[in-house]
Amino acid sequence: MIFLTVGGQLPFDRLVHAVDEWATLHPDVECSAQVGVTSRPPSTIPFSAFLEPAELRRRIFEADLVVTHAGMGTILTALELGTPLVVMPRHGARRETRNDHQLATARVFADHPSVSVAWDESELPRLLATRPGPVERPIPSHASLPLLTALRGFITGEDVGDRTPASDPAVAEETPVPRLRSAA
Amino acid sequence: MAYATVHRGYGTDVGAARFYVVSDATRWNRLRLLALATQVLWILVRERPDVVVTTGAAPGYFAVRLARLFGARTAWIDSFANIDQVSLAGRRAGPRSDLWLTQWAHLAKAAGPHFEGGVV
Repeated sequence: MIFLTVGGQLPFDRLVHAVDEWATLHPDVECSAQVGVTSRPPSTIPFSAFLEPAELRRRIFEADLVVTHAGMGTILTALELGTPLVVMPRHGARRETRNDHQLATARVFADHPSVSVAWDESELPRLLATRPGPVERPIPSHASLPLLTALRGFITGEDVGDRTPASDPAVAEETPVPRLRSAA
Repeated sequence: MAYATVHRGYGTDVGAARFYVVSDATRWNRLRLLALATQVLWILVRERPDVVVTTGAAPGYFAVRLARLFGARTAWIDSFANIDQVSLAGRRAGPRSDLWLTQWAHLAKAAGPHFEGGVV
């Protein structure tokens, strides 16, 4: 079962339409969708405009594959629940979102074995056919230990200790954006 | 412990903890921003928190600015989704926070935000 979800802030008709078209050609594959605000609702796929967070999690958990925009929340939820994803970033220039932050998110996950990135809708049919690999190691539902430790130290009033070398601007300049290949 | 967010549906995530819903305002809507600031102020009056922790945007901005009036310590953790640059709200509220973190090492600076790891 494929679950398409595009969040709620702005329409993402380019993705909705492409997946709907693909579903029309593949009637044997069960699909459902959360499409948000749209002027072009799907013709083939059963859809809701919005879903409550708990219901959204349930659908993501039950799906074999999630197709979605490059929204960090959706991607992390799917990797936590063990569902692989096909991701297509929204473009600022097309007014699909306010800027190009989804391109940055897509780049971060581009090498992840359980995430396939469709840079535009023409790549979708191929990625839906080949599909990303299963999620071997789901990410934890809580934040990483270093972040939790820093926060705990702050809240209890203990010294957080030395800052990381990356706090040095000279180092930060040279630090490339890391790519998430799998959960640490 | 009390939580505030912009979507009622997240209430199921926090168990029995106190839970508040505030307006989903952005800097493009002044009326909603005013409503949001009032809501955040009301929460602070009721809760009198010792520490305020936020991942940001408009609700976090007001929480950090207003929490100072109540003597609370504040932590701004810029969202993991902010990869290319620290959020605008973060650049404004971060320097006024007691702890200002980014979740991406390449965005850290000596004057803040600092990097102490990310959610993943």
